Amino acid sequence: MALNTEKNSYTVVFAVIMVAVVGSVLAFLASALRARIDENQRFEKQQNILYAMGVNENTPESGVNFIPTDVVEGMFTERIKKQYVLVNGELEEDNQAYLIDMKKQLDALKKGGDARLPVFIGEKEGEEIYVLPMHGKGLWDAIWGFMAVDKEMVVQGVYFDHKAETAGLGANIKMRFFMDDFTGESLLDEGSYAGITVSKTNNDPLNQDKADNEVDALAGATITGNGVSAMIKETLKVYRPYLQTIRNN
Amino acid sequence: MALLSKKDANLILDPLADNNPITIQVLGICSALAITAELKASVVMAISVIFVMGIGNVVISLMRNIIPSKIRIIVQLVVIAALVIVVDQVLKAYAYDLSKTLSVFVGLIITNCIIMGRFEAFALGNGIWRSFLDGIGNALGYGVILIIVGFFRELLGSGTLFGIPVLGDPIAKTGLYSIGYENNGFMIIPPAALIVVGVIIWVQRSRNRALIEEA
Repeated sequence: MALNTEKNSYTVVFAVIMVAVVGSVLAFLASALRARIDENQRFEKQQNILYAMGVNENTPESGVNFIPTDVVEGMFTERIKKQYVLVNGELEEDNQAYLIDMKKQLDALKKGGDARLPVFIGEKEGEEIYVLPMHGKGLWDAIWGFMAVDKEMVVQGVYFDHKAETAGLGANIKMRFFMDDFTGESLLDEGSYAGITVSKTNNDPLNQDKADNEVDALAGATITGNGVSAMIKETLKVYRPYLQTIRNN
Repeated sequence: MALLSKKDANLILDPLADNNPITIQVLGICSALAITAELKASVVMAISVIFVMGIGNVVISLMRNIIPSKIRIIVQLVVIAALVIVVDQVLKAYAYDLSKTLSVFVGLIITNCIIMGRFEAFALGNGIWRSFLDGIGNALGYGVILIIVGFFRELLGSGTLFGIPVLGDPIAKTGLYSIGYENNGFMIIPPAALIVVGVIIWVQRSRNRALIEEA
């Protein structure tokens, strides 16, 4: 039987069948793989939070080495002592806090609604460490991460990640040479919350000055760098009352 | 070549040199600019495109007699998009780290004009085996240029290859840097890719003058 592929009715039927077939194949695949993908994402979040706290397998010369996925769950429950959510400034314990989507919470705050802001409390050398999630905008798409601070608001470590920043430029925010610079910087400038600015003009490429609230920017990634600065400011804004209570204790 | 007839072998070899999709047809330039700042990204992109183009060309070739010509471009887009999403989902489930590296490229693969170009120009009119070879050949031709550009941009821009320092340490001033060499920051921004591609085009055409278009 010769097909007349020029007829309108054939075109419509073909389009309908194509959409139905492709749609169901993709839907089937998505639901079949859902569980595995969710698990991978859960492990990733645990790895990221631990990484910011300094719990990772980095050696001085290595790249970013997370706790391996097969042990991360155990390590997470061991090293993170408490998971809280801040609701209207009140702390509530929530053992699933690490699964909260920070973007939705920040959006809710902007609309004037209630948000559930996660706080993770870990311990390092007997001191409590507070890990806060961050979320912001880079050049192309979302950037996010975690920041670990101690009682004095000195950064103990950060982790950044991005959805689609340019490879070799903005994408380098998740490289060690960028993230390591944040460790030791203070969020405070003479007592007020100044954040940390990704600066093109601080003239301190090795980041030896830890008191200037600045880290050296990435060449060719101005907007991603500005996004990182803005993201830290935004996090400080929403967590400020809570951070104040930590400092007062 | 015993494995392939001469005609078939040319399907693979032509796009590598005298009919290269980037330097001769000047297609796929956008992704060649965007992701070649480092070698690793270039290699990952090249492999992804080889995969999508090989399979995509076969799928389109299989359907070439039943695709209504009025909506053939839409059908081609659906095939590319579906393939890319399938790959993305499977990687997310079974090779999560790799999928994170690749996520940047998903959009760039779907919009890569070389893929649509080969579907339209070749797979719609040729058999499965030849379409497969044509897809692989063009993707290789694209990949080769990507890797060459990535090599020079990463080497001259960052002094590294695959992230490994090869020229010494620019901050501690060792290796080449001890005699006053500096990384060229210009190489890591996209316009530098255009210049590198331009130089490749120039070299290629001065070696084979038959490739020069009539003014």
